[in-house]
Amino acid sequence: MELPDPLTLARLQFAFTVSFHIIFPAISIGLASYLAVLEGLWLFTGGAVFLDLFNYWKRIFAVAFGMGVVSGLVMSYQFGTNWSAFSDKAGPVIGPLMGYEVMSAFFLEAGFLGVMLFGLKRVGPKLHFVATLMVALGTFMSAFWIVSVNSWMQTPAGYGINEAGQFVPLDWWAVIFNPSFPYRLLHMLLAAYLTTAFVVGGTAALHLLRDATQPASRIMFSMAMWMATLVAPLQIVAGDMHGLNTLEHQPAKIAAMEGHFETRAGAPLLLFGLPDMQEERTKYAVEIPELGSLILTHDTNGTVRGLKEWPRAERPDATLVFWSFRVMVGLGIAMSLTGLWSLMLRLRRRLFAAPLLLKATILMSPSGLVAVIAGWITTEAGRQPYTVYGLLTTASSASSIGAAAVAASLMAFVVVYFLVFGAGTFYILRLMNSPPHASRDDLPPGEPLRAGGLMPAPILAGAARPPQGPGP
Amino acid sequence: MNLDLPLVWAGLIAFAVLAYVVLDGFDLGVGILFSFVQGEANRDEMMNSVVPVWDGNETWLVLGGGGLFAAFPLAYAIIMPALYAPITAMLLGLVLRGVAFEFRWKTRRGKFLWDWAFATGSTTAAFAQGIALGALVQGIPVAGRAYAGGWWDWLTPFSLLTGIAVVAGYALLGSTWLIFKTEGQVQNEAFAFARVTTFATLGLIFIVSLWTPFLSDVFMKRWFAWPQILFVAPVPLLVALAAFILINGLTLRHERSPFLAALTLFVLCFAGLLISFHPYLVPTAVTIWEAAAPDASLEFLLTGAAVLIPAILMYTAYSYWVFRGKVNSAGGYH
Repeated sequence: MELPDPLTLARLQFAFTVSFHIIFPAISIGLASYLAVLEGLWLFTGGAVFLDLFNYWKRIFAVAFGMGVVSGLVMSYQFGTNWSAFSDKAGPVIGPLMGYEVMSAFFLEAGFLGVMLFGLKRVGPKLHFVATLMVALGTFMSAFWIVSVNSWMQTPAGYGINEAGQFVPLDWWAVIFNPSFPYRLLHMLLAAYLTTAFVVGGTAALHLLRDATQPASRIMFSMAMWMATLVAPLQIVAGDMHGLNTLEHQPAKIAAMEGHFETRAGAPLLLFGLPDMQEERTKYAVEIPELGSLILTHDTNGTVRGLKEWPRAERPDATLVFWSFRVMVGLGIAMSLTGLWSLMLRLRRRLFAAPLLLKATILMSPSGLVAVIAGWITTEAGRQPYTVYGLLTTASSASSIGAAAVAASLMAFVVVYFLVFGAGTFYILRLMNSPPHASRDDLPPGEPLRAGGLMPAPILAGAARPPQGPGP
Repeated sequence: MNLDLPLVWAGLIAFAVLAYVVLDGFDLGVGILFSFVQGEANRDEMMNSVVPVWDGNETWLVLGGGGLFAAFPLAYAIIMPALYAPITAMLLGLVLRGVAFEFRWKTRRGKFLWDWAFATGSTTAAFAQGIALGALVQGIPVAGRAYAGGWWDWLTPFSLLTGIAVVAGYALLGSTWLIFKTEGQVQNEAFAFARVTTFATLGLIFIVSLWTPFLSDVFMKRWFAWPQILFVAPVPLLVALAAFILINGLTLRHERSPFLAALTLFVLCFAGLLISFHPYLVPTAVTIWEAAAPDASLEFLLTGAAVLIPAILMYTAYSYWVFRGKVNSAGGYH
C-alpha cells in the first residue's frame, strides 16, 4: 500500500484530533451555562427540582470536561510536532493568545470546578453559585481566546512581518478583535448552546417517553425546547452575518460553499449538486434562480464570484465544503423546525404528550454536535490552501516529517481515541440513561470523580472530618 | 523598565518545567508502581493519594509547552519535530492515564482495563519524557530555522539510558510519596520499592552525569574548566548529600525525609541541566535570545502571567494543604 503524502496525513491527523476535541468543549460551554441557569433558578425560586437537575447534569459535565482537558493537551503540542514552520512564523502573534487561553481557562475553570462539583455544603449556596458562574465564565474565556486565534488565522490583522519572516504583533487590539472574530465567536457560542439544548432535550425526551409525569424531565424538556425555539432562528441570523463577513474577506470560501465555478450576475442558489474540481462545474445541480445573489448581495442581479476567478492551486475543495456546509445548514433548519413544532404543541398544552416530538428530539440529540463538526470542516477546508489566510500556505506550514512517522502517529491516535473516548461516551450515555433522581445529593462517597480541576475537590464536599496534620 | 524579557521567560519556563517534573513526577511514579501492587484496596489507596492533585500537576506541562510556543516559537518549532515520536508517545500515555482516573470508578467489569491504562500510560509518559530529555541533551541538528535530522535520531543508547533514568527517578518520587502519604501494607511495599529505585536512580544519575560532558565540548568546559569548576562543584556535592539523607531516611524508616530528599535530587539534577544548557535553548544550536519572540509578544503575555501564575501557585499550595495527612483506600483523608 502506498502512503498518502505527509502533508495530507498531517492534515488528517489534525482534523481527526481536533474533531474529537471540539465535541467536548461544545458540550461543556453549553452545559456550564445551563448549570448556572439551573442553580440560579434553584436559588431564586427555591424549587428543589432545579437542584436535582443541577446535580444530574453536573456529573455529565465532569466527564465531558475531563475528556476536553486530555484531548486539548494533545492539540497544544500538535502545533509544534506537525506544524512547526507555522509555529515558528505565527508563534509571536498567536502564541500569547493561546497562552492567555491556558492561563485564564486554568484559573477560572480548574480553580472553581472543584467547588462547583463538590463544594455546595462546604461553601454555602451563594458562594457556590459564584463558583458555578466562574466555571461558565471560564469556558467562555477559553472559547474567546481560541476563537480569536482561529479568526486571526482566517482574517489576519494588526501584524507586521520581521526579517526572519515571522508575523509579529503591532496592535494587540486589532489582532484579538480581527475582522471575523465577533461573528465567529457569536456563531460558536450559539452553536454550543444549541448543541447542549438538543443533548438535554433528547435526554429529557427519553425519560418522558418512559414516564411523562416526571417533573424534572418535563422541566428539562421545556427549557431545551425554548432554547430550540428562540436560539435556532437566532443562529440562522448569526450564521448569515458570518457568511456575509466571509464573503468580504474570503470570497473563495463562499464560492466553494455555494458550488459556484462561474462568476455571474443573478447567480442561482444551489440546493443540491456535486461540485467536480477537475471539470470545474457542479454536476446534477438543483438550483433556484437568482436566490444566491439575493442572499449574498441582497440584490437579485448582484454579481457573485465563482471559483474560476482563482488559479486552481488556490481553490478550496468545493466537493467537501459544499456538502459540509449543507449538512450544517440542514441541521440548523431541522433544529429551528423542531423549535417551531414544540412551540405549536406548547401553545396547545401538549408539549409533553406528543410522542412523535419526543422521538424526533431523541433523534435530533446529536444534531448540534454533527452541525458543529460540519461547520468547522466548512470554515477550515474552505480557507485552504492557507493557514494564515492569503499569507502562509498550509504546505509551507507543516513540519518536514516523513509519511511513515505521521501515518504511525495518526493510527496510534485513532486507536487510542476510539478506545478512550468511546468508553467516555459510553459512560456519559449510561449517566443520561438513568433518570434524574429527586434530591440525589452529591457524588457518591469514595468516588473521586474528576479529570479536570485543581481545587481540592472531595474535601470541599464537607467530607465530614477535617484533615489532621501529617500522620504519626 | 529595562527587563531582559527573553531571560525572564526562559526562567519562567524553566520553573514550569521543573514544577512539572517534580509534581507530575511523583504521580506518574505512583502509576509506574501501580502494577507491582496487588489488591484492589491497595490500588485504590495508591490512586487516591494523587487524585486531588494530579490534574493541577499536569497543567504545568501545558504551561511549559504553551509558554515555549509563545515566548520561544523558534525553539518550539525545532524541538517538537525532532522529538516527534517520544512526544506523541508521551501524549498518548498521558491521555490513557488521565482518563483512567475518572473511568476506573465508573465500571466494575472494566476496572482492570483502566488499571492497565493507568500503569501503562504513566510508564510510557515517563519513559518518553526521559528519551526526549536525552535527545535534547545529545544535540539536535538544525539547518536554518528548522530541525534537520531524521525521524529516529532521538533513539540512541544515551537517550534510552535517560529514558530508563527518568522512569526510575519518577518511581523513586512515587514510592517516597507513598511512604509519606500511606500506611500499613502499601507503605511497607513503598519502602521496598524506594530502596530499589534509590539505588537505580543514583546509579543512573552517576552514569548520565559522567556521559553528558563527553557529548559536547560546551558541556565539558562548563563542568571541568578552571575556575568555573568552583561554581559548579557544589551541585554534585549536594547530590551526594541528598543521596545520604535519602538512604539514611529509608534505613531509619522516616516518613517525610525520603520524599524531600528525592525532590531535592530532582531539583539538583535540573540545576545541573540548566548549567549545561545555558545560554542555549536547543543545546549548542539556538540561544535564548535567538529563539525569543519580539518583546511585544513577551511583554503582552508576561502581564497576564504576572497575575495568574502567583494565583495558580496559591491554589496549588492550598490544595496540598487541604489534602495533607494520610490517605486511605476509601478516598477520604484521616
